[in-house]
Parts: sequence; structure tokens; C-alpha cells
Amino acid sequence: MTKADIVEDIAQKTGLTKKEVGETVDLFLEEISKLLVDGHHLEIRGFGTFKVKERKERMARNPRTGDAVPVPARRVPVFKVSKMLKDRVATNHIM
Amino acid sequence: MTKAELVERIADRTGVSKKDTGVVVNMILDNIGQALLDGDKVELRGFGSFKVKSRRSRLARNPRTGDSVTVPAKQVPYFKASNELKGRLNPDAAGEGDSGD
Repeated sequence: MTKADIVEDIAQKTGLTKKEVGETVDLFLEEISKLLVDGHHLEIRGFGTFKVKERKERMARNPRTGDAVPVPARRVPVFKVSKMLKDRVATNHIM
Repeated sequence: MTKAELVERIADRTGVSKKDTGVVVNMILDNIGQALLDGDKVELRGFGSFKVKSRRSRLARNPRTGDSVTVPAKQVPYFKASNELKGRLNPDAAGEGDSGD
């Protein structure tokens, strides 16, 4: 599923134009991204929490040459799925 | 920041009413949630993707009693941030490219 599919579905169900829905979806993602860039987190009840984690510098290896290379400290965006959504998905579609 | 504040910010810029914006935001979340329930993945360019991983059943231990217990197979939803978003969080590390999306 892509953004276009989501926009299409929402436009159809709400009667809003695809342009309006598309802009709203884009801004929604952009606002979350900005919050993360600023180091904030966002909790969405029943869905999950977006936050930023700090990773310390560590040594890794170039798998081809075996050389040790430093991986610099960095910030990574993480999403923690809400317990409710996790539990609902867990029991679904066991293969 | 709460969802309500987020909705307000978005509505200010699109001109779509706060009420409609709130409905759309909830529907975005419902769409993603439903896709995950269906075992589908959702790819949002420039932001990241939501997917479901299968975990096999495994044997674990109850840390209190030491009894072994079987953890059943399950599906675990997760989010993978796009390289673009990762890059924006680390502006000084430009060009450090980790591969993949």
C-alpha cells in the first residue's frame, strides 16, 4: 500500500478532494518528521509513539575487507507500536 | 505535542477544516493499522514504511520460576524509517549512506 492508495481511499470515503487529502497526508508526515528532527516525540493513542534514539559511536567491520571502521554517533528515528495494535496484529495471519 | 495540536497545525496550512483534518488523520492511522492487520506493508515515500514480521514460536523461560514456556508464533508490526528521514536527523553525517530504504 502506498500514499496514493491511502489518499484515494480517504477521498472516496470523506468526499474531500484528492488534493485536500493529499496535502493533509503530506503535512501529517512532514510535521512528524519535523518533530523528530527537533528531538521531540509524538504519542498517538492506540497506534504508537514516534521518537528519536541516540546511538553511540561504535566500531564495526567492513565485511569485504575485514577492516575495523568507526560508525559515528547518530540519531535514529524509532516507532514503538502501541500495545493495542501489537496485540491485534500478533494473533493475526499466523503462517 | 498531541494529535490535536498536530491537526491544528496541518489545518492552518491546508485550509481544510480542523474537523475534516482530524477525520483524515484518523483515517490515515486506520489505513496503516488495517494494512498491518491484513499482513500488508505501507510505504510512505520520504518517511518510511510499516511492515509486519513473522516470528516463529520459541521456547523461553519464566524468569521467576525457571519453567520453560512456549512463546507462540506471532506477527510483529514495525516501522522502518526512510534514508531521507534518517539523513535529516543526522545532517552532519551527509554521505554516510547506510544502504537499503
